Amino acid sequence: VTPAWAQLGYLAAAVCFIVALKGLSSPKTARRGNLIGAAGALLACVIVFLVSDLNHLLPILAAIAAGMAIGVLGAYRVQMTQMPQLVALFNGVGGGAAAIVAIIELTDLGPGSAPVFDLIATAFTIVVGSVSFAGSVVTFLKLQELMTTRPVVFRGYPIVYGLGLLAAVGLSVGLVLAPSMLFALLLAAIGAALGVLLVLPVGGADVPIVISLLNAFTGLTVAASGYLLDNILLLVAGTLVGSAGTLLTRLMASAMGRSLINILFGALKGGSTLGATTVSDRPVKSAGPADVAILLAYAQRVIIVPGYGLAVAQAQHTLRQLVDLLIERGVQVDYAIHPVAGRMPGHMNVLLAEAQVPYEQLKEMDEIDPEFKQADVALVVGANDVVNPAAETTPGAPIYGMPILHANQARQVVFMKRSMRPGFAGIENELLYEPTTMLLFGDAKDSMGKLLAELKALTV
Amino acid sequence: MNTEPIIWLTIFVLAIFVGVEVISKVSSTLHTPLMSGANAIHGVILIGAILVAGTAQSTPILVLGLVAVILASINMVGGFVVTDRMLIMFSRPRRALEKQSRRELDQ
Repeated sequence: VTPAWAQLGYLAAAVCFIVALKGLSSPKTARRGNLIGAAGALLACVIVFLVSDLNHLLPILAAIAAGMAIGVLGAYRVQMTQMPQLVALFNGVGGGAAAIVAIIELTDLGPGSAPVFDLIATAFTIVVGSVSFAGSVVTFLKLQELMTTRPVVFRGYPIVYGLGLLAAVGLSVGLVLAPSMLFALLLAAIGAALGVLLVLPVGGADVPIVISLLNAFTGLTVAASGYLLDNILLLVAGTLVGSAGTLLTRLMASAMGRSLINILFGALKGGSTLGATTVSDRPVKSAGPADVAILLAYAQRVIIVPGYGLAVAQAQHTLRQLVDLLIERGVQVDYAIHPVAGRMPGHMNVLLAEAQVPYEQLKEMDEIDPEFKQADVALVVGANDVVNPAAETTPGAPIYGMPILHANQARQVVFMKRSMRPGFAGIENELLYEPTTMLLFGDAKDSMGKLLAELKALTV
Repeated sequence: MNTEPIIWLTIFVLAIFVGVEVISKVSSTLHTPLMSGANAIHGVILIGAILVAGTAQSTPILVLGLVAVILASINMVGGFVVTDRMLIMFSRPRRALEKQSRRELDQ
């Protein structure tokens, strides 16, 4: 039996987690909130060592040190552009750990004597933990572009998926009736297969939503393993993440104007194969840096639509210099931040904050979108899908229904693009062929440098 | 093991409501750090991993338990650190802003 002081310690840790989540939902308290969460986690770990009669202390401490080293190294090494996939990996290993814990617990439960609820919780943790692990690995592969970012579906997918679900339910019942390691391992394998199948049909632009969903899944497995291990803290912490994560998933989906069902299974209805895999050779108007510099220099109102391409090219610092110069000339300049610019909601804010762009120049979509009508130039840098009119005009496009920035309403649109390659969602952008659109081809950093030089020449 | 599943169910249901309630007013700017922070919190599965590894009776189980400990500590420690890295960037422009407004006050 856990002594009272340890129970109180666990309660304190649980309160820390609640305060942490609360803090993370407001910009002023976010950092403190995260640190409070970390303190709660540390407290819980200290308690578990003090209170439990543990063997193998040395190997356990070594394993923690190894995990810490990997985690810290990963967290510090990662480029901010690659952060979504890192979060996916961290989430996946958490799910994997929960599944392993449940499998080991099964060997302790022993045959015949185990209570039904414990066995149900075991089966749940093994399946969902494996789903989370395997699903996260696939999201990582998609975001890292190690595999195609387009939805992957194959003939008979719904049947395979249905059979997989049936197998998972059947094996779970089997595990509850006749607990055995064989069933447990089969369940883990089926769970992993279901995880892969769950993420495959999701298009690249929607993958972050799935990370959030898998995050909630892992939370629930942690809650279930808390029940298994008789540990209330795990139950509370896991449930908090499970419910907050589910709500967050819905909030993210609605920021993109999508329903979760549509994101997960939309590709199955067909239609999302719409959009070009090949680049069409219709004529576009391309311009040189000098033309664009003149356009910008004599504008009154410029709105910049930054995208992931900007961050990948590391051009945000040059862009900031350009904007500073324009503001000096009296041009009114703002950044229009689409909620899903970058790879996931809020990602672009993180990326531009890294480049020290003043906070007040970053305008959220609802605020800035009506102003495109008055803008002389909309400068789209490394963004594509978030200004693609197909989201409104082409039912069946993978991004259909996503709110977009109406850059097309500006008097002149300038795209800075590396090539005519379509955006992350894999569909062509009609805006590129509009008569008011100019294209400045080249690597964003390179073009931005040239543009800055031209602008300086004009200013002198 | 658990004589009172109903109590556990009660805690579970109440925690669901708390989880929904605390983040119901988050702005989309903070979606990414919030997801990452919540991700770090479920790293407390480390406690479970430590418990099963520490009570392992055989070598294969111990090895498996240690794997779980490594995975869980990656989740927990890495999660909190990367969230902090993101949030530092959020607070930096604000500090610069405060400095600027203080300068304006001085003038």
